[in-house]
This record gives sequence, C-alpha cells and structure tokens, in this order.
Amino acid sequence: MIRFENVTKVLGRRAVLDDISFEVGEGETFVIVGLSGAGKSVTLKHMIRLMLPDSGSVIIEGEEINHLGRRALQEVRSKFGVLFQSAALLQWMSVCDNVALPLREHTKMPEAEIISQVNEKLELLGLGDAGDKYPSDISGGMQKRAGLARAIIMNPKIVLYDEPTSGLDPVTSRRIDDLIVNMREQLGITSVVVTHDLHSALAIGSRIMMLHEGRIVENATPEGFIKSKNETVQSFLASQYITKKGKWEELIHE
Amino acid sequence: MSYPVRSAERVGGQVLQLFHNTGHAMFMLLEATWFIQFSFGKRSRHETVTQLYITGIKSLAVISVVAMFTGMILALQTGLELRRWGQEEFIGSAVAVTMIREMGPFMTGLIIAASVGSAIAAQLGTMTVSEEIAALEVMSINPNRFLVMPRLVALTLMMPILAVYTNILGILGGAIVGTTQLGVSLTSYMNNATEFATNKDLYVGLFKAFIFGIIITTVSCHQGFMTSEGAVGVGKATRRSVIISFLVILVVGYMITRMFYL
Repeated sequence: MIRFENVTKVLGRRAVLDDISFEVGEGETFVIVGLSGAGKSVTLKHMIRLMLPDSGSVIIEGEEINHLGRRALQEVRSKFGVLFQSAALLQWMSVCDNVALPLREHTKMPEAEIISQVNEKLELLGLGDAGDKYPSDISGGMQKRAGLARAIIMNPKIVLYDEPTSGLDPVTSRRIDDLIVNMREQLGITSVVVTHDLHSALAIGSRIMMLHEGRIVENATPEGFIKSKNETVQSFLASQYITKKGKWEELIHE
Repeated sequence: MSYPVRSAERVGGQVLQLFHNTGHAMFMLLEATWFIQFSFGKRSRHETVTQLYITGIKSLAVISVVAMFTGMILALQTGLELRRWGQEEFIGSAVAVTMIREMGPFMTGLIIAASVGSAIAAQLGTMTVSEEIAALEVMSINPNRFLVMPRLVALTLMMPILAVYTNILGILGGAIVGTTQLGVSLTSYMNNATEFATNKDLYVGLFKAFIFGIIITTVSCHQGFMTSEGAVGVGKATRRSVIISFLVILVVGYMITRMFYL
C-alpha cells in the first residue's frame, strides 16, 4: 500500500533518510520508532508529500507520488488522514467546526448531514459533549482525539499518526492506543504510527521499524523486535525498561 | 575553502534565497487573486467578512487618533511658517493636498502594516509552526484560498476607505489648529482646502492605498508562511513583516508619486 524505494533526504548537511526502503501492507498498523532526529517524522511527511525525497521513490497504492500534479496529489492525499503531533486544530474554530471542515470544503453534503457525521465521529472518540468547545478549552488528550476525528471524517484508507501519545499522561496514552487499535479493527484502516513510546508500539503495532541515523536498523513483528540482536534496538528497549530480565519482573509475578 | 570563496558562496546563496522568496510571494499573491472570485462564496464568506471587520472596524480607533494628530501637526508646522509671510489662510490647502496626496495613504499604510499586518504574520506564523498549515494542505485545502485571499480582499477594499477616513480626520485636525491657534476662519480654511486639492490627488491617493493593501497582505502572509523555529520564529516573522512592509510602502509610494506627478 505504501512503498519507499531507496529514499534519501538530506537536510542541511545531514542525511536524515539514508537510502531507506520498506513497505506497509494493507490493514497493517506499522509503527516507526527511533530516537529524536532519527528521521521518523520526515518519513511520515514523505508519505503525503509534505516533503520530497532527494532521491528514490515514494509509491502509494502503486502510484509514484514525487512528480504528481496538484489534482493527482489531491487525490492521493484524500486517501490519508493525518493526526499531527500538536493535533493541528484551527484555534479559531470549535471542535465541531474543525471536524466538519473537510466535509464542508470537499462535499456538497447538507449541513444537517455534516453535523450528524461529525457527532458520530465525536461519539466514537468519546468527545460527544465537546463539539461546541474551542481547542484552547480542552485538554491535550481531547485535542488529539478531536484531531483524530478530523483525520477520519472523510473515511480515509490510511491514517498517519505523528507522536500520538507525546505529552499525554499514561492513562490517556493507553486510551489513544486503544483508539488506534479500534480504527483498525472497526474501520479496517491502515495505520502508520510514529512514536518514541515502545510500550505503545508493542501494544498496537503489527510491525515495528526502527530508524537510527537515517537508516533502518530493524523491521519486524513486535515479537521479532523484542528478540532483535541489533545493539541499537536492544539499547532502545532497555532505555524503556523492556528487557528480557526486567527489574520489576519478580515483583509482578510474586 | 578560502574566505573570499566562502563569502561569495554565502552571498550567492542569499541572493538565490531572495529570488526564491520573491517568487514564492508572487505566486501566493497571484493564486490568492485568482481565488477572489470565491471571496463571498459559501466556503469563504465568513472568513472574508471577519477580515473586513478586523481591518476596517478594529483599526478605526488608532487610525482616528493618528490621522487627527497628523493633520494638527501639519497645520501647526506649515501655519507657523506661512504666518511669517502673512499667508496663513493657505493652511487649508497645504494640509488638504499633503493629506490627500501623501500622508493619508501613507499613514494608513503604516498603521495597518503595524497592526493588521503584524497580526496576520503572527497568526499564520503560529499556524505554520503548529502544523496547522500542513494540516490544511493534507486536507487539500489551499491555504492561499482559505487564508490569504480573505485577507487580500479585506486589505485592498478597506485600505482606500480608511485612507479617505484618514484624509477627512487629518483635514479636520488641521482645521481645529487653524481656527483655534492660528486665527484662520473655518470658511477660509475649507475654501482653501477644496480649491487646491484636485480629483487627481484623490485618485492617486486611493490608488496608493490600494497598492499598499496588496503589499501588506503579500508581505505579512508570506512572512507567516515562511516561519520556522517555533515561538522565536513567530516573533522574527512578525518583526520582519512590519519592517519589510514599511520599506516597500516607502519605495512604492515614492515611485507612484513620481509616476503621476513628474
């Protein structure tokens, strides 16, 4: 569904992506992990052509998107919903208007139907009573859920999540994880998630890819990822207390 | 690499960047101009009216004060000089011609660049760094239609109207000083004011105000879209938008005057 072929991107004098190739299959929840500056968000931006590679190809459903014209790009982008790291809600619009925006801009749907669809999505994400509030009046977790409601309002085939749990408390983070899993199970959406949070990655991912200094150091199922022999992967796992012999293991199993 | 080569490389890079930025700003302006046909359509009506309100109504207070005092200062300075030659009854014409030809559009341009233009740069800059512009692009909502066009309509429509308002208040301010401090009768002041100011002066002044509206929109929206580096970047973009607008208004104002009066 999404394929990167030998993609390289240089920012300044540094190769943020260094000849990377991978593929995301339909219905997968593909998680990209790595340290800050590893190139995770840059990878995500290439999928929707917010950035262009210096070399290599990005292919979405068989179509190379690097050289598409505006209309064709619009069509490709309509396959995507994106939850940005900061939720990226328009601050002068209510939550309801934010979620309704793509429908108002791209469809001739009657207003009553738009409101009904918006309410349906807000209910699905547990924001039934927040429609009239403004982004500044709701919590970070609610903003992320509102951003997700906006991302899925046009029923996209693929949803991209850029650090969906960053800045959130653990309880809200797990709630967002559940939502991502529900998106796949209830709506059959293909998801690509960029995160630092390995607990989240292991819980939701069907495959986990780790980037380090612009290169792929691992691309495996969660089980394969934990068992990886790669030193960078092991140190990344250890940094989040996910080790084969955990410090708390004995206590938990007592 | 030697120092001269490095310097040449840096200067060359900056020149290329300048061309790139100018091209980007021009493309943005052209696209927003194309979208003007949709300014009062269903999707853009609300934003266009909001921007008209912000530019027109919310700027009135500061424009009133500045216009009134500009007229008063003009009347006082020219009046004191003219009094030495016993010609103070010509204050009306001096104030009216200066306000209508130059000071009206110029002062309006500066005030709007500093108040509305800086606000536009700050808002779009914040939207850029908080990924709201990227979100619009991903939703296939053209930021030039959604954000730039309503501001372009508001500024180009409102600038000439505000310039006329500034002219009127400036002339009134001059009348207050002329009648209360320089002993010129109101009738003489007004007769002089209307006798020497021509229709051409008014049209050229309005044309300037219209062009200044385009300049302020283009500079401030472009600076907003070019913002990077978070909150610091928003501050820089806001400052740059005001400085660039001021400079371009000065240069273009001079060129228009030269074109019509030389």
